[in-house]
Parts: sequence; structure tokens; C-alpha cells
Amino acid sequence: MVGITSYGGYIPKLRVDRMMMFQAAAWFAPAVIAVAQGERSLCNWDEDALSMGVEAARDCLAGMDKSALDALYLCSTTLPYADRQNSGIVKTALNLKDAVVTADMTASQKAGTTGLITALDAVAGGQKKNIMVVASDKRESKAMYFYEMWFGDGAAALCVGSENVIAEFKGSYSVSHDFADHYRGAGYKFDYMWEERWAKDEGYTKIIPEAVKGLFAKLGITMDDVDKFAFPCFFTREHKGIAKALGAEGAKLVDNMHNACGETGAAHPFVMLISALEKAKPGDRILVCGFGQGCDALYFQVTDEITKLAPRKGVAGCLADKRKMPNYQKYLKFRELMEVEMGIRAEAGGQSAVSALWRNRKMITGLVGNQCKKCGTPQWPPMDICVNPDCGDMGKKDDYEFSGKSAKVLTWTADMLAVSWEPPCTYGLIDFDGGGRMIVDFTDCEQKDLAVGKEVHMTFRHRWFDKDRGYHGYSWKAVPVKEEKKEGAK
Amino acid sequence: MADGIRDKVAILGMGCTKFGERWDMGPAELMVESFTECLQDAQIEKKDIQAAWFGTCVEECGVGKSAIPLSLSLRLPKIPVSRVENYCATGTEAFRGAVYAVASGACDIALALGVEKLKDTGYGGLPDLGAGSGPTNWLWFPNVTAPGGFAMLGQAYAHKHGVDAKDLKRALAHISAKSHANGAKNPKAHLRKAVTVEQIMGAPIIAHPLGLFDCCGVSDGSAAAIVTTPEIAKKIKGNDAHLVSVKALQLACSSGEEMGYSKWDGSYFMTTRVASKKAYAEAGIADPRKELSMMEVHDCFSVTELVTMEDLWISKEGAAWKDCIDGVYNIDGEVPCQVDGGLKCFGHPIGASGIRMIYEMYLQLLGRAGERQLKDPQFGLTHNLGGFPFMNVCSISIVGRYDG
Repeated sequence: MVGITSYGGYIPKLRVDRMMMFQAAAWFAPAVIAVAQGERSLCNWDEDALSMGVEAARDCLAGMDKSALDALYLCSTTLPYADRQNSGIVKTALNLKDAVVTADMTASQKAGTTGLITALDAVAGGQKKNIMVVASDKRESKAMYFYEMWFGDGAAALCVGSENVIAEFKGSYSVSHDFADHYRGAGYKFDYMWEERWAKDEGYTKIIPEAVKGLFAKLGITMDDVDKFAFPCFFTREHKGIAKALGAEGAKLVDNMHNACGETGAAHPFVMLISALEKAKPGDRILVCGFGQGCDALYFQVTDEITKLAPRKGVAGCLADKRKMPNYQKYLKFRELMEVEMGIRAEAGGQSAVSALWRNRKMITGLVGNQCKKCGTPQWPPMDICVNPDCGDMGKKDDYEFSGKSAKVLTWTADMLAVSWEPPCTYGLIDFDGGGRMIVDFTDCEQKDLAVGKEVHMTFRHRWFDKDRGYHGYSWKAVPVKEEKKEGAK
Repeated sequence: MADGIRDKVAILGMGCTKFGERWDMGPAELMVESFTECLQDAQIEKKDIQAAWFGTCVEECGVGKSAIPLSLSLRLPKIPVSRVENYCATGTEAFRGAVYAVASGACDIALALGVEKLKDTGYGGLPDLGAGSGPTNWLWFPNVTAPGGFAMLGQAYAHKHGVDAKDLKRALAHISAKSHANGAKNPKAHLRKAVTVEQIMGAPIIAHPLGLFDCCGVSDGSAAAIVTTPEIAKKIKGNDAHLVSVKALQLACSSGEEMGYSKWDGSYFMTTRVASKKAYAEAGIADPRKELSMMEVHDCFSVTELVTMEDLWISKEGAAWKDCIDGVYNIDGEVPCQVDGGLKCFGHPIGASGIRMIYEMYLQLLGRAGERQLKDPQFGLTHNLGGFPFMNVCSISIVGRYDG
């Protein structure tokens, strides 16, 4: 049996209330009120498609042996590098073994589903046993228009294999059409969109049914054999209309998540599929489509294994973990749609030595420290001589992964002098459970979330962008863990 | 067995520029200003100087690399000049080089000069090094600034000793108010205005819990010392002249333990505790609170001064905040501290600061401190702390009257 063996989700914590966006934009674009419901997800200033992809992949690896992965596919239209394999950075961040195939799949909103089909075919062919497919997008849009309302940021990951399958793959059908409802030329920041009526009538409404009907004919099934139908379409009326015409109504249609987070680009078919899997029971049959220059349709049946899946945050967990974007101006700055005076201090920078990064790739990208073989002290940064003053052993050290360890704040500050997209800049010293100490930036938090002894988790973030050289740097930061409200507490 | 530096070297002369935003001068002119005073005070000629140590820290916005900027600026006659840099201990390091050279017998008369030109960056605060922090650090090190790095002491200290946030803030304000009162009396100080505890507590936050008045001035300036043996000093200045000699010079650098090993609690300086004990032993001081007449400590931030009072074994652990409020370190207190205004108000041109501190001790010991003069001082301690609480270098010097 071949199919999905695990899933992971990542929707950034920041949410922008669409009515707030409308209120800021109404003087200019009053028509956007038509889609001003719910909220959209938004990357923090230190997140992008790659960092979100890493977080979704980490969620997907919960309870899994990552050394079993033979390949990693990263599917996105908004990857930071045009030539430097982005999936290779994800591989390093996850500290996967070196003997692994990595590939970026890009340039279409259906890149995720195409990557998934490719992975399923490879496993079915027997050449690969386990493949992780990560889909992620942070789509840019100009201010005060429909697309900034429709789009959301997010990522999702699926593992496929032939053991412990939670959703058996029954078959797929794809069509390819050079249908450019929108396009983005190489080097351009924003999409160019054609008239929406044409996109709806000639695109979504015709191409999605073509793939679905093709799949039904191929597998000899009908919509009666489908319990959940998931496909992205941010035109909510057409989303329902297309499903209805195909015979899927009511609870059978998986919500397009416009209200919850917006459409997350190449990740969206996965995000919708995962939201269906999170509620699925064994036996449920799920049809999922990816749309973009054609359409991929895939058909799965949920197995008993889904009940044994290790706990994870998933899409539902991410959607419940929110921070409110307080105003539209901050949204504009975070998307670099407004030029803000950052001061001369912000000009400090310089080249990033890729030779130093290569030498220290496990440390910097993978958050791998080392551990003294003699006294067992884990140390960050990894150094040759043991940091324990009572040991000082000079022998070879073992690798020690810090990324999954929780930690507690030893001390902290909130700094108004440090250049920051979101002042005050917060950082401090943390002590990892099990040993090891790190001086670290905090993120996804405010000053009030920090205290001595506060629990934090590590997260992979976009560190900085060197505009002069086109370099994107990544490193790890600490996020204060939200305190669960105790039952009965006032 | 080495017996330390005590009384092997005397200070022959010293000079110090006015610290501040010296828009009128570059580093070369600042060096000439401190050197001119120093040379006159030493009562020698430039050709008598046999070796020099040059301290400057943030070279990229000041003099550039090497010791040559000193020899060029002073037109030194092709003598050996060494450049030293050790964060905020840079000035004391230059002094140490000159003192050790004389003590070793390698030369009779040596110059130590420190300079820093910080106000050519275009913004407040210390320069941001960017990728100049080293290629590997640049790839991972968090966005730490000087005020933020030291502010973390405050959270850890308050947590460890159960000090209420308001009480901590008040104690810190007393520290800065005292330094402002002293600085107001010093014509060479950068900031010469007295401020109240209330003004300090109400100032905008720079890095929580530190406000504007918890942070020292970022200044341009230079300071210099000429050192020799006590015997030569007597020959030059006369047998009856009061001399100031070096009693102790100690340095301690972090091993990485604070930043990488889960033992240090973040509330104090490991290095200062080690260096101060060694310095007291070297100087023959048994009870620093009783024996030290005065101090100039590294008050880059008020909280640094607070915990340093404990790390120098003068306040009891957990009690410095009360001592500060009680005025123990005021000019009329038990151990006057920052008599010249400190880094807080005299200013902090990094490479000059260590020598500037010794300059104040020197003036006090010779009875030349004017309005700030303390009564009959015997020993003065200076202290620098470079880097961050979690990774630093501490330098300590003790100077005193030469009784030999």
C-alpha cells in the first residue's frame, strides 16, 4: 500500500483582520468589502516560504524516524533563491542525512500536488521508500486590492511511503494547460492578473472539472465515492458552484479557508487536505485537487493508521495559535509595501561568507551543537574543547541537535536601540532542558510575554536579506510558549 | 615566583582631553591634546620616550589599523609602538603594556595613549559592526546591542535577589544621579548637568529596564600616561615630590562558560570577581571597603556599576542596590565612586577610558582634583569591563601613593 504516512502544517501566527484592511483601503478601493470577511495569515517579518516550509516539515516529522527519508521535494512559487537549491537549505535545517535527493518544484500554484504525485509514483515504483513533500508560499500582492485579501501565507508537508500509511493513494489524473489567469515574470515581485471573470469562467470552472472527471473515469468512481472534496478557489461562490456541478455539496466540500487564513498558494491543496485529514475517520475517501496551468486530481482513502499518528500541531493547531496584527501600517511595513526610515544604524551589514556557512552548516542552519563524550555536557556554539570548567576535555565531540529541545529563559531584554522591524528587539540567554545554553533572539512575542524562567521553543527563521548581493540568511530563534489556560482559572 | 607589579613603576605624567562630541577634532588632534598635557606634566622631552603602547578599539570609524596612527600623529622618532585592542579594557591594556615594559627593565620611560573617535558614525550609541563581528558570528549571533547586553543583568539580578522592579529602577537612578552630580563639577566631562532621581526614572527606555540616563555618553577623547621607575621619577621630579605608583594590574577574560555552560546565573561578572581578588592580593589590600579611598568603575550602564560593587567585594552580594540608595558610593560616602563623573558623565571614548580613570586617581592622589578633591586618598581602584556580561574582559588597576 502506498500513500500518505504523515502530515505537518504551518500557518504563521500573525493574522490580519480583513475588515481592518478594508477600513484602511476603503477610500481607495471600496469594492474590496466584498471579500472582507474573516482574517488572513501573515508571515512575521522574519518568515518566508523557506522558513515556513522548514516549520511544516518539522511538524510532519513528529514521531517519525527522519533518517528513513530518501527524498525531499520543496514546492513553492516564492522561494528565496533562483539558483541555490532551496530544498537543500530545508534539508540542512532539518539535519537530514546527506544521502538524500532534494528538488525544488516551482512556477505553478499546482506545484504541491504535482510534487506529491511525483513522490507517490516514485514510492509506488519501488525506487524510493519515503519521501517528504513540502509546499509553502508567501505570495506578494500590491496594497489595497482584492489579492492582498485573498492571499494568506502558509506551508504544509506530507510524507509518503508504503508503511504505516494513514491515507492510501488510489490514483491521480492531471491535465496541463498554459492558462495564465496570472503570471509573474522572472525578477518581478508581483503577479499580473487578468480579468477575474475570465479566470473563473474559462479557468477554474472548466479545468478543475476536466481533471476530476478524468480521474473518475480512470478509477471508475463517481462523486458518491468521495467523502471530502478539497480544492483551492478563493472565489468562494465559484468554489461552491464548481463543487455543486460535480455533485459535491454541503459537508462534502472542504472549506476554502478564506475566513481562517486565506489562500496559501502552492501549499493550499495540502493545507486543505490536512484540515480534512485532521477530522477524518478510517475509511473516509478524500479527493484533492491542485489548480494552476492545468489541474492535478488525487484520490485517497484514510486507513486505521491515522488513529495511531503521533500528536502534532497540524493546520488546526496553527490556526488556533494567533497573534493579531494591530494595524494596516504594520502590515504594509512587514510586506515592504511602505518604505520606513530605519536609520543609519540599519546600514551596517556586509557580505555573508558562504565558505564560513558551509564549514558551519550543521551549526548555523541545523542548530546542531556538540556534546562532550567525557562529561556529557551539550554545548552551544559547538567548540572543540568542553565548556564545562571542571572538564575541559579536548577529545572529539558528538553532534547534538538543539532544535527540538525546549528551553527556559535565564535572562532577557527588550531593546529599543537595536535595529528591528518590530521594536523593541527581544533577546536573551536560554538554558536548554538537558543542558546547553544559548544567547538568542526571541520572535513571535512581545515584551510582556518574556520573564525569567519562561519556557521557549526553537524556530527556524529568515535572518536577513542582503539587498546588495541577493543573499538570504537563516538562523534559529526562540519563541515563548503560550501558557495553557488552566481549567477553572479565572 | 612572580611577586607582581606593586611599586615597581611610577606614573611620571598624565594628560586627558575634554571628552565629548568633539566635532572639531579627529583622532590625531585628540592624541596631540592629551599628549601635550602629559608630556608637560612628566617634565621630559619627547625623545626621552623609549617605547609606546597605543590603545584604540573601534578602529573602523577612527584611526584604522596598526600603531602607526599614534607614531604619525605624535611624530615619534621611530621608536617601538604597539597597538592594543581589548574592547573596553583597551586603555588599561595600553597602560599595562607600558608599565610591564618599564618593570621588565626593557626600557626606562614608556608612553601609554588611548584614543577613540566615535562621533563619526552618523548615529547615537556605539557603532554597529555588522559583518565586522566575524564571518561566523555574523551568520548566527543575535541582534545584541551594548545597552541590551547589559540590561539583561537587571532581570537576572532582580530575579535572583528578589528585588522589586521599581526598587531596582530606583537604585539604578541613584547611581546615575550621583555620577551626574560629580560630572557637573568636572570641566573635562562630556555631560555636566545634575539630574534628579525622578528625571532619571522617567526617561525613555533604551533597553528594558535601562532608560536613557542609565546609559553612558558615547564620546570622543584621548588620555595618556608616561611611566617610569620610581627611581627615575624621583630624579626628574625631586626627592620630595609626591609620586603615584602602580599597586596592581589584573585582567580576566571569559572562557565561554558564562555563555555556554548552565551554571552562571546572569546576574554578575565572573571575570571581575576573579580579577579583583588577584588585584587586592597584588596590591596588599585586605579589606577593600575600608582601604580603597576611591574608585572609577566601568559604569557603561548603571546596572553594570550596581553589580560591580558586589563583584569587587565591596557591597555584600544582593546588597549593592541598597548601598547605592544609601549613598555609600557618593562623593561624601564610604567609598566614593565615579568621582570624575564616570563613563556616565565624563564620557566613554573606549580606548581612552581606562587611562582616563587612572588620570582621575592620579589627580586625586596628588591633590590636584580641584572642586572634586577627596581628603587624603591613599589607594584608588579603576575597573573596565569590555564585551557583554555573558562574554567579557575585565581589567583592574590599583594605584596609590608611593611611599618607598
